Amino acid sequence: MRTTSVAPQDTVEKSLALAAEVGADGCVVIAQELSSANLRWAGNTLTTNGLIRSRMLTVIAIVEGAQGTSAGVVSRTRASGEQVVAIVRSAVDAARGNEPAEDAAPLIEAAGDGLADATASWADEPAETSMAVFSEVAPALGTAFDSSRAAGRELFGFAEHDLTTTYLGSSTGLRLRHVQPSGRFELTGKSDGRSRSAWAGVASRDFADVDVAAVEAQVRRRLDWAARQVELPPGRYETLLPPTAMADLMIYLYWSAAARDAYDGRTVFSKPGGGTRVGETLSPSPLWLHSDPGAAGLECQPFVVAMASSAASSVFDNGLPLGPTDWIRDGQLRALLTTRHTAALTGLPVTPDIDNLLLELPGATQSLDEMIAGTERGLLLNCLWYIREVDPQTLLLTGLTRDGVFLVEGGEVVAGVNNFRFNESPVDLLKRAAEVGAAERTLPREWNDWFTRAAMPTVRVPDFNMSTPSPAS
Amino acid sequence: MRHDIDPAFRELPLRAVADAALSRARQLGASHADVRIERLKSQVVRIRDGRLESSNDGEETGLAVRVVVDGTWGFASSADLTPDDAAGTAAQAVEVAQISQPVNAERVELAEEPAHPDASWVSAYDIDPFEVPDAEKVGLLADRSRRLLAADRIDHVNASLVQVLENKFYADLAGTTTTQQRVRVHNSIEAVSVDRESGRFETMRTIAPPAGRGWEYIRGDNGASAWDWDAELAEMPELLAEKLRAPSVQPGRYDLVIDPTNLWLTIHESVGHATELDRALGYEAAYAGTSFATFDKLGKLRYGSPLMHVTGDRLADHGLATVGYDDEGVAAQQWDLVRDGVLVGYQLDRRMARLKGFDRSNGCAYADSSEHVPLQRMPNVSLQPLAGGPSTEEMIRGVERGIYVVGDKSWSIDMQRYNFQFTGQRFYEIRGGRIIGQLRDVAYQATTTDFWGSLIALGGPQTYILGGAFNCGKGQPGQVAAVTHGAPAAVFQGVNILNTTQEGGR
Repeated sequence: MRTTSVAPQDTVEKSLALAAEVGADGCVVIAQELSSANLRWAGNTLTTNGLIRSRMLTVIAIVEGAQGTSAGVVSRTRASGEQVVAIVRSAVDAARGNEPAEDAAPLIEAAGDGLADATASWADEPAETSMAVFSEVAPALGTAFDSSRAAGRELFGFAEHDLTTTYLGSSTGLRLRHVQPSGRFELTGKSDGRSRSAWAGVASRDFADVDVAAVEAQVRRRLDWAARQVELPPGRYETLLPPTAMADLMIYLYWSAAARDAYDGRTVFSKPGGGTRVGETLSPSPLWLHSDPGAAGLECQPFVVAMASSAASSVFDNGLPLGPTDWIRDGQLRALLTTRHTAALTGLPVTPDIDNLLLELPGATQSLDEMIAGTERGLLLNCLWYIREVDPQTLLLTGLTRDGVFLVEGGEVVAGVNNFRFNESPVDLLKRAAEVGAAERTLPREWNDWFTRAAMPTVRVPDFNMSTPSPAS
Repeated sequence: MRHDIDPAFRELPLRAVADAALSRARQLGASHADVRIERLKSQVVRIRDGRLESSNDGEETGLAVRVVVDGTWGFASSADLTPDDAAGTAAQAVEVAQISQPVNAERVELAEEPAHPDASWVSAYDIDPFEVPDAEKVGLLADRSRRLLAADRIDHVNASLVQVLENKFYADLAGTTTTQQRVRVHNSIEAVSVDRESGRFETMRTIAPPAGRGWEYIRGDNGASAWDWDAELAEMPELLAEKLRAPSVQPGRYDLVIDPTNLWLTIHESVGHATELDRALGYEAAYAGTSFATFDKLGKLRYGSPLMHVTGDRLADHGLATVGYDDEGVAAQQWDLVRDGVLVGYQLDRRMARLKGFDRSNGCAYADSSEHVPLQRMPNVSLQPLAGGPSTEEMIRGVERGIYVVGDKSWSIDMQRYNFQFTGQRFYEIRGGRIIGQLRDVAYQATTTDFWGSLIALGGPQTYILGGAFNCGKGQPGQVAAVTHGAPAAVFQGVNILNTTQEGGR
């Protein structure tokens, strides 16, 4: 059912024209349309569901004053007819009332060749999903519920498909459209009176590639691994961190990588004496941590969309093209998150935030199973949970193992192990990575509400700090 | 005097839209249908080193329709507010229920609630923060930042203001219609001190809690009776300087005197989430997690020492989870969760209340916007003070070797709410009943029932403070909720203290 009364492109054009009429010196307008469908289940039955349509109009008005350039930002979901006039006036009034912006810069003018598709598709309608996206998944779930019930297992989980269409227009002539598909499918299995628990999940752009039976098989394999349980004390263990666990740790590192904060001396990437650690070797392995809007299967928005200025974003950078960016290359820190303003301030290149993250060791080919086979004695984790910063100085994070810790002996998984609380820094882990497997697409367990596009390897750490035991199961 | 509901919200076609959705849902065979029309106004102002970094003004309005058809939920939401759109959204919700029905094995039935026709409720605040000029807000935050920046050894200051005005209109087929309005505000200021040579840095953040109050609270009109901003800002530079030169803690077991500015978060994680019935039953097992406090333990589980009395409520003035009616039309209540140290209650919604044989829901259904389905969410969950109990100073005097913990910082707890680890803004070493100075690198870690079992002293009402947060996350799709936790100061015996530098392998 189409309910959009006014096309978002028309709202953008009208807002830009109004902003000019009421005296704004520049303006960026972002219209976003979200279409989303979800299913949730627990204890082998569907629980909640939803079909969501929403939209948001954000007007960023720029005003030149005697003291400098100011910005005003106003966002509204209701933006038809007279409401648009009120929104634009509010943004311009806010800009006039605000003091000059530290990050003021001329708005982006040319979209460039890299954004030809985004420019050419401007006139296209917003993309729309529906419950039909689950037409294969829902019956497969029903089958899985039946077989689980029969086998004394319980399934819990969530499936969501989002299509966010962004229209970005500016007074400098940018007209960019992008459709961002995001999807996630997560399955948790419990058995033996909920004493065993295992998780598996996949990210997807369209759900055509979501194989419920395959995900369930992964869950079952892990529940079987835990048929025998051993209790182990806290301590430092040789540990295999699988791709989803590495993703959650590296995403935290990425979120902590604002150049401005490092330059101010307040992050793990600050250099004693001043400046940042860019150029410093973080790992003896030639690890490559990077982002790329064009990464196959992980494609994301190829231009900046910023609703607020912060240490790592600037509303003046809206529409700035994004390209492949190396954060760490050959084990060396190469870049931190910058805006045009903070790049100038810190003397670093302009490398804004990109919505995907890949960690790889060039040439690495080992699968998780091969790394298990190569383990004399160690722990295998399934995923991590409740990761929070303890000390920004070292980026020490705490958190817990969840839904599967296993003991590997003589190249085989021999038992399930109790959960642990860990205290570790992802920056330090890069230094201590003893072995790195092949990178694969993975769904970050903890951060997938915000971040679903990641490719990560399994990493062997010789001395992962399992600080205290957790009785959770 | 309570404010009136904002006329701009009342002027939306609330009843016409709700009637259109409800009658279409009834016509299509829904046994239950409810409609929410929500408007969420928000503003976030950020100041960096005394300069405006960003000011964002947002407003989200939309419609939500939830139905029960043939014992199965269906939900749809829309950004459009015309009777036609509402009827169409209701039809979508019914269709979603019909698609879901074949994979639903648990018939949805709801606990009874008296109808509340034409009910209206507004939270307690004086000044609507959305009526205050931006320049006044930015000016106040910049002034507070500059006061700190003027001090020696403070290199950076971040200040933020978050303000929310939430309006909800709710109507259901049973005849309840509620119109509500509430306001919440939070001003947070963090100072950073950097030792340029060594690269070592420390931070200290204001411990002023967020509150269900208006601009008067941020401005400090009611002074120390609500929060004494000037006093807090005046002492921060010296406190931060002391923290930077403080000795690193020796790990081991210590008696902890925990200030309510820290304890609220421990209550939130280890009692608040653990007494959510949806977690205890497993509905959150794949995401937020479950609870060690399973339903079979109701009335039996020894949660903590007999001093422990924890209530749930949606009534406390200025509480962030305080409402007149929840998102299923259930009137606000107060009840016990833990009494004399024993688990005696849960947080309920209407479906789970019926499922587990309770007469009535205690009103814990909440959705964070019209885009989302109501979940069982936390009410204000508070540890009651001891009538006639001691002051914080008196409790410190009774501790031989311990640590006094002030202000929350890092937090983490496992998926069943057993193992937690918290840090704080300030840790003071106590020896022989006296505070001898701050310690660095402290984290306290425990298992929930061990920790609450080690509660040996409870402060009096004079130590009681409402803490809380805006950002409690739960559910898929993810939803945020604001919640308050009242707590007195309290003493816990022999708690495990970690040294975070040593934990990092240094």
